[in-house]
Amino acid sequence: MAEIDLKGVDEIIDRYKGEEGVLIQLLLDIQNEFYWISPEAIARISDKMRIPKSQIYRIATFYKAMSLKPVGRHIIQVCLGTACQIRGAPKIMDRVEENLKIKEGATTPDMRFSLRRVNCLGCCAMGPVIVVDGKYHGKVTPVKVKDILEQYE
Amino acid sequence: MEEMPRLNSKDDLNQLRRKIVGQRDLNMPFITLCSGTACHATGSDDVAAAIEAELKKQDLTEKVGVRRTGCHGFCERGPIIVIYPEEICYLNVTPEDVPEIISKTIKEKQIIDRLLYFNSETGERMVHEHDIPFYKYQTRLVFGDNLRIDPTNIEDYIALGGYRALAMVLHEMTPEEVLEEMKRANLRGRGGGGFPTGRKWETTRNASGEPKYVIVNCDEGDPGAYMDRSIMEGNPHRVLEGLTIAAYVIGAHLGFVYVRQEYPLAVSNLAIALEQAKEYGLLGEDILGSGFEFDVKVHRGAGAFVSGESSALMNAIEGKVGEPRPKYIHTSERGVWDKPSNLNNVETYATVPLILEKGADWFTSIGTEGSKGTKIFSLVGKVNNTGLVEVPMGTTLRDIIYKIGGGIGGGKKFKGVQTGGPSGGIIPEQYLDTPVDFDELTKLGSMMGSGGMIVMDEDTCIVDLARYFVDFLCDESCGKCIPCREGLKHMREILEDIVAGRGKEGDIELLKEIAGVMKKASLCALGTTAANPVLSTIRYFGDEYEAHIKEKRCPALVCKDLISYYIDPEKCIACLKCLKNCPEGAIEGEKNKTHVIDQSKCVKCGICFDVCPPKVGAVTKISGVPVPPPVPEEEREIRKGKKNRRRGGRWQ
Ligand SMILES: Cc1cc2nc3c(=O)[nH]c(=O)nc-3n(C[C@H](O)[C@H](O)[C@H](O)COP(=O)(O)O)c2cc1C
Ligand code: FES
Repeated sequence: MAEIDLKGVDEIIDRYKGEEGVLIQLLLDIQNEFYWISPEAIARISDKMRIPKSQIYRIATFYKAMSLKPVGRHIIQVCLGTACQIRGAPKIMDRVEENLKIKEGATTPDMRFSLRRVNCLGCCAMGPVIVVDGKYHGKVTPVKVKDILEQYE
Repeated sequence: MEEMPRLNSKDDLNQLRRKIVGQRDLNMPFITLCSGTACHATGSDDVAAAIEAELKKQDLTEKVGVRRTGCHGFCERGPIIVIYPEEICYLNVTPEDVPEIISKTIKEKQIIDRLLYFNSETGERMVHEHDIPFYKYQTRLVFGDNLRIDPTNIEDYIALGGYRALAMVLHEMTPEEVLEEMKRANLRGRGGGGFPTGRKWETTRNASGEPKYVIVNCDEGDPGAYMDRSIMEGNPHRVLEGLTIAAYVIGAHLGFVYVRQEYPLAVSNLAIALEQAKEYGLLGEDILGSGFEFDVKVHRGAGAFVSGESSALMNAIEGKVGEPRPKYIHTSERGVWDKPSNLNNVETYATVPLILEKGADWFTSIGTEGSKGTKIFSLVGKVNNTGLVEVPMGTTLRDIIYKIGGGIGGGKKFKGVQTGGPSGGIIPEQYLDTPVDFDELTKLGSMMGSGGMIVMDEDTCIVDLARYFVDFLCDESCGKCIPCREGLKHMREILEDIVAGRGKEGDIELLKEIAGVMKKASLCALGTTAANPVLSTIRYFGDEYEAHIKEKRCPALVCKDLISYYIDPEKCIACLKCLKNCPEGAIEGEKNKTHVIDQSKCVKCGICFDVCPPKVGAVTKISGVPVPPPVPEEEREIRKGKKNRRRGGRWQ
């Protein structure tokens, strides 16, 4: 996952040929496809679209959805939306951080997990919620965290 | 599906509707399954697969209709199934229930009691969705059709009268007439500000400059709300219909939908809806043969709260960073590419077709003096029935939280309700009878906002919650203007100190002073309203601030640095549960010896508190007083007689 196939980047760039104001949409596509935006991809966009790199970095660093670092094999999202917050999400985040020995936003050195904080996933009834690789785990308690993480190698 | 003829007139639309309705056999068994995001999370996909498999197995595929709808709103009890024509409603359905549902309810018309709603107050089981208290006290004008529509099928929307308002507007009304009706209806924007929609449209209509644009705001930045998402996921055509009407009034031929990409289902259902609307001649050139042309583009947002602000959102649509700009001239006059641009919220647009179909008089008969119509709230937190709730403006907080929401869970006491998201405030118990509308909530130092309603019980620390919102906004502030950037940072620092037990005399005054400057001098409404959660909590829960600052005590027993976990030796039965589960090995003890927490090792994760059996309740949280010294080693043994007696008392 760490290497980005520049051919794929080219394909995405081609989707937006001739359109104006598409940089954000294009970067989102790259993010969705490769889960991060590599320096090589940025150089490629800059080259092909004649946009200064600084401008691309400005957008890529502004938006939460975009990552400039490679991600691990599993992506953990811990909801810290208001509803989850008052149902004890901070304790869950603490446990995840403690178990993985990384902080929110980081990736474990063995590339097993990347940890993200998100706001309201739209299923507050299940709160606190964590999502691992798209699978929802609801009504999580601190004691369950370890078991959930162990399901993912 | 046979090839769809383009609709070239109002008659074409009416005929199509009659045809769709006529083709539907109302006596045929029909299953609808709620498939919004929340139900997706609770396994609605698996239930759908089980239904399909079981129908096949029982050879019923041809004889039973299935429809996957958007969110029904009762997310607490999803996935929800409704079986027509009897309208039998089953809650919390799992794939394992499906074979029985098909054999018993579909084939033999028998009701399965265990899957019905159980009213614990009356002891009754309820068969129909509309009898369940959660639904009964709502008025679901905008949201109600979600139950009946498969959002990926435009014909479902048309069957319910969809696009009728648009046809009428395009063929029978001038833009001026529509505008008059909208102004008379006095619809106020549902995105937070509450600005009158008709007047906003008029400004853009009258502004000089071409082309003009109309835009839908589906950024929904409030971190605890999801009503816009559920409308966009569950009934996208209604939003598009409203948008097209706005475009007709304003004279726009291109629209944008700004939708956050964290809402993948909304993005994909919207894309399908656009496709179908074009195919049916309801978007694009010569809509319904009226000569009016209008197209829509989708812009995905990338997760930035401030980008939901109007000028920021327009920057983003231009492909720039979504930061606000000074608004000496309103975006309604100079917005996207400096052209007149009208921005409204999802729910605002979704209300428009209703107003035009039923008339401004009907609309103004609902609601309060200053706020007309209904509003959808995302009722979440420590409330029994989490979900989406639509009520007439003016319904009291008490009715929403208790009658519809079913009150507070776990025998806990209500503490406050947060409205308006990060720009709103927290309203305490004494104002529960306040009718909810734009003006009343503002009077209380909160605001209606976009409809987030977060219920808190006695276990929520108000100071910590204020810190949470400030922390959120601090992260989200774009940093362009100093009052907001620096003000938030300092507020966060002070609040972090208070919750960590480092609060000082004068902190509250300092918070108020910073709040004053931010309110006066920030560039956009993120900064001017950012202090609301702090100010409203100081106003209503000042004693909690005092307890944190002066006594170093957290009354709700939440703030980690101010509480300690302690095992009551009188209650401990030495069951080893906490000891085994403690991730830090901070608990000493063995079989028959009461357990003791080594405070120097404890990280306050709370696991011991969670795993201690409720009937024992030996692990407690204490705050503001020193932890009692541990019982000496030799006295920790639980003596047989004492233990037996205790056992007898507790467990038998
Ligand atoms: C920081 C900030 C964030 C906002 N986020 C949203 C949002 O997520 N959705 C929304 O509809 N309006 C949001 N607004 C309000 C919009 O600026 C704008 O007033 C609204 O979309 C207009 O629509 P309405 O008149 O239909 O309410 C936000 C405003 C601010 C200041
Ligand atoms: S706040 Fe976590 S899902 Fe809504």
